[in-house]
Amino acid sequence: MNETALFGKLTLSAIPYTNPIIMGAVGVSALLTLLIVGWITQHGHWRYLWKEWFTSVDHKRIGVMYMILAGVMLLRGFADAIMMRVHQAFAEGAGHGFLPAEHYNQIFSAHGTIMIIFVAMPFFIGLMNYVVPLQIGARDVAYPFLNSVSFWMTAASAALIMVSLAVGDFSQAGWTGYPPLSETQFSPTSGVDYWIWSLQLGGIGTLMTGINFFVTILRMRAPGMNFMKMPVFTWTILVTTVLIMMSFPVLTITLLLLTLDRYMDMHFFTSNLGGNQMMFANLFWIWGHPEVYIVLLPAFGMYSEVVSTFSRKKLFGYNSMVYASVAIAVLSFIVWLHHFFTMGAGADVNAFFGIATGIIAIPTGVKIFNWLFTMYRGRIEFTTPMLWTLGFIATFAIGGMTGVLLSVPGADFVLHNSEFLVAHFHNTLIGGVLFGYFAGYSYWFPKMFGFRLDEKWGKRAFWSWIIGFYLAFMPLYALGFMGMPRRLVHYDNPTWQPFLMVALVGAFVIGYGVVCQIVQLVVSIRNREALRDTTGDIWNSHSLEWSVTSPPPFYNFAKIPHVEALDQFAHMKENGINHRSEAPFEPIHMPRNSGVGVVMGAITFVFGFAMIWHIWWVVIASSLAMLATVVYRANDEDVDYMLSAEEVARIEKQGAQATVSAHSGLSHHDMITQG
Amino acid sequence: MKKLWIKLLPLFLYPGLGFACEGDCTKSPWTLLDPKGPIATDEKHLILTALGLMLIVVIPVIVMTFAFAWKYRASNKDATYAPKWDNSHAIEAVVWTVPAVIILILGIIVWNSTHALTPEKPIASNVKPLVVEAVALDWKWLFIYPEQGVATVNKLVIPAGTPVTFHITSDTVMNSFFIPRLGSQIYAMAGMQTQLNLLANQTGTYRGLNTQFSGEGFASMHFNVNATSAQEFQDWVAQTKTGGSKLDDATFKKLETPDEPAEPVLFSEVRPGLFQSILQKFSGGHEMSASHETHVRLAQAQK
Repeated sequence: MNETALFGKLTLSAIPYTNPIIMGAVGVSALLTLLIVGWITQHGHWRYLWKEWFTSVDHKRIGVMYMILAGVMLLRGFADAIMMRVHQAFAEGAGHGFLPAEHYNQIFSAHGTIMIIFVAMPFFIGLMNYVVPLQIGARDVAYPFLNSVSFWMTAASAALIMVSLAVGDFSQAGWTGYPPLSETQFSPTSGVDYWIWSLQLGGIGTLMTGINFFVTILRMRAPGMNFMKMPVFTWTILVTTVLIMMSFPVLTITLLLLTLDRYMDMHFFTSNLGGNQMMFANLFWIWGHPEVYIVLLPAFGMYSEVVSTFSRKKLFGYNSMVYASVAIAVLSFIVWLHHFFTMGAGADVNAFFGIATGIIAIPTGVKIFNWLFTMYRGRIEFTTPMLWTLGFIATFAIGGMTGVLLSVPGADFVLHNSEFLVAHFHNTLIGGVLFGYFAGYSYWFPKMFGFRLDEKWGKRAFWSWIIGFYLAFMPLYALGFMGMPRRLVHYDNPTWQPFLMVALVGAFVIGYGVVCQIVQLVVSIRNREALRDTTGDIWNSHSLEWSVTSPPPFYNFAKIPHVEALDQFAHMKENGINHRSEAPFEPIHMPRNSGVGVVMGAITFVFGFAMIWHIWWVVIASSLAMLATVVYRANDEDVDYMLSAEEVARIEKQGAQATVSAHSGLSHHDMITQG
Repeated sequence: MKKLWIKLLPLFLYPGLGFACEGDCTKSPWTLLDPKGPIATDEKHLILTALGLMLIVVIPVIVMTFAFAWKYRASNKDATYAPKWDNSHAIEAVVWTVPAVIILILGIIVWNSTHALTPEKPIASNVKPLVVEAVALDWKWLFIYPEQGVATVNKLVIPAGTPVTFHITSDTVMNSFFIPRLGSQIYAMAGMQTQLNLLANQTGTYRGLNTQFSGEGFASMHFNVNATSAQEFQDWVAQTKTGGSKLDDATFKKLETPDEPAEPVLFSEVRPGLFQSILQKFSGGHEMSASHETHVRLAQAQK
């Protein structure tokens, strides 16, 4: 391809203006963005957003922004899913559906990448950002500024994927990007480069978050909170951060080697000149399998919090839960080969990895039984978070079973690469991961915003999702037994079609569930006064995040609590220990907001875009700019301040008033005159 | 939810009833449950055994989910309520032991079945195996019969009752060679040779395909497998030898052009050693099978 010095490979023809479907998607995305930007401008919110949100280094604000990113990307990934389901339902025989192969292939590649990297990851990172420091009685994370950089790098990477819709194309090599298909010889366009750089830059952001929360949990727990007094959600996050730190560098290096292949004609993974495509599959899944547990373990933590709260009972077998999480994490590193039993590694190797995979089912099964025995002899309230949890237990049991089945090499020899596999991992990722995040979202939402989510729409969303899930994915299990491989753009077997029709109906039912969730959010914001929680402990829960006001003050705890028990907040309530801080207060050391994170995100985006299009002068310029920003930040002395004791006292009084007035029915004015 | 499932049940059963079988009604559309060879039959039984074992845990879990949720609902004040009860060594022992025992049994099954079904293992038979060299191309399969000296594109004819040893490689990206009704698939990778042993114990026409996504023409990459009688196979070879063109290097070069041929192609003659030269094209003179390379690496690592 011809390259110019000024624009690299980029020409006007990179914009697919002749493709009505892509242009439609670009148009809709652009219109939505314009509407939001217009609304913000009209109401003059830019200054507020910049000062209070974009530049914030508060883990709570960053957490919310992560979740908004995940929500937006969920809509994109779901649009891809609907297009695939519609297409496949009508792609039988000579019809071949409405999408050309090169477009369909981009859609499933983008769907997988987006759902894992830009929905699942930011969703749980958002929740953990908000909750973990509160759960461990800390005022912020260990590195608040790094947290902001991580978020903006992730956002920049997501933006790169969105841009690939309008400029150039996305990868057609699947979300796993196996070479040699992803090498220049077979994928000469910029599509694979979009995939590489969005994964690479987002991955670096994730790695920094992993380090940040690992240090936070190790070093910033409130006094008295030893490891076995840590809330179980925090435990799963601690284990997750270890997985992130151990596996993401492997992804970074693997992508780097593929980058060298594509950009500098090297031969790490090519078919010829000493390259080894099997090495990519190994390296990719050495990251990829722990990645599965990186998104799953936090969900397990969320279920544990929810099931205990709404069964009105202590979590059954806390110790077992902790050991099981650690065991899962360790085992997750010795099972990667089960993703390619059919590579021909030989019986001993295959059997080893098959058995290792089966062993993971033991700690996972223990967890499931522990949740069940938490419900046993409880007083179960069927709130939305609890419904997600119940739906999860029943659904995940099936997903786990099909997973163990796939771990049997002899079974995998016929089920590999089939729709059965597609059904299995959606069974675990929707029924296991996403249900957990939705449970966590509805459980902690009142903590974040001071009002709860509307239950009616929440339940509608739950029922649509779970019914839609069974309709959409049970037929795919069946199709696997009928010999249908994954990723087919067309097929000539009429017996498959009715199953794909049912799957399509299922996708629409899930779509209705997504609509319900959007409506739920809008309705809840409108009725927020009626849904308001002034106690800070709306669910009568057990861990420290519920001991502060909802939303918590920006410094979280005026006085750091002293922890004496697992379920410290329940312990305080039972023993009549006042959980709200009282005067005299002391000054609090706080980090200052900083726009540098946003700038670094912007530079990351420019750098990624320039790399993708081979615009070398911009690559060099943005690298220098990044270096300059780092030097600037490193020399910035004015990064923190002391919040005075009087100010703390003032804010605490406000919070206390809100609580008391709600309980006694007194207005603020009354409180002040009485006080 | 349960009612919905019952409503949907007929839909799931209907292809099983043979409702929609076109032409060949001796085959169920449930490919994996209707095997036509010993490997596929063993794999079917393996799947059913493993599923049955796991249902020992999975069914109780699902039943307990509904039963506990119902019995301990907040409005049921008759049910025992034990808010502080959070530990029981007896229950802990059971929930660790039962899955562990099942996985132990499954582990033994995995070890044995993996060794019995490993794709490179020859099938025990009195009949001398037929050797077929399969090459994945964009987006079609080339089959070379080295002993018969013929070749085909997108058409595989094999004698039923005779073991077939496939030597498999790729001239392009990673592919996976799979005939669902006969069992096991295995990757086809450039510069490397994988092996697969299959046997059809019934005559008939079966579908073969590539299952590993390989680019634009991936969906068209399937072919028919004709399992014939031994005599019919001999006749087919003889007939193929008489007509058709020769597969030499020039013809192969043309085959390498990416396309999705609508009809199978037959070659009456094949340049000897073509398969080896396709392999060596990538490996610079060193032929290596995937498993061989793994063995070499393992041996090095052990030193």
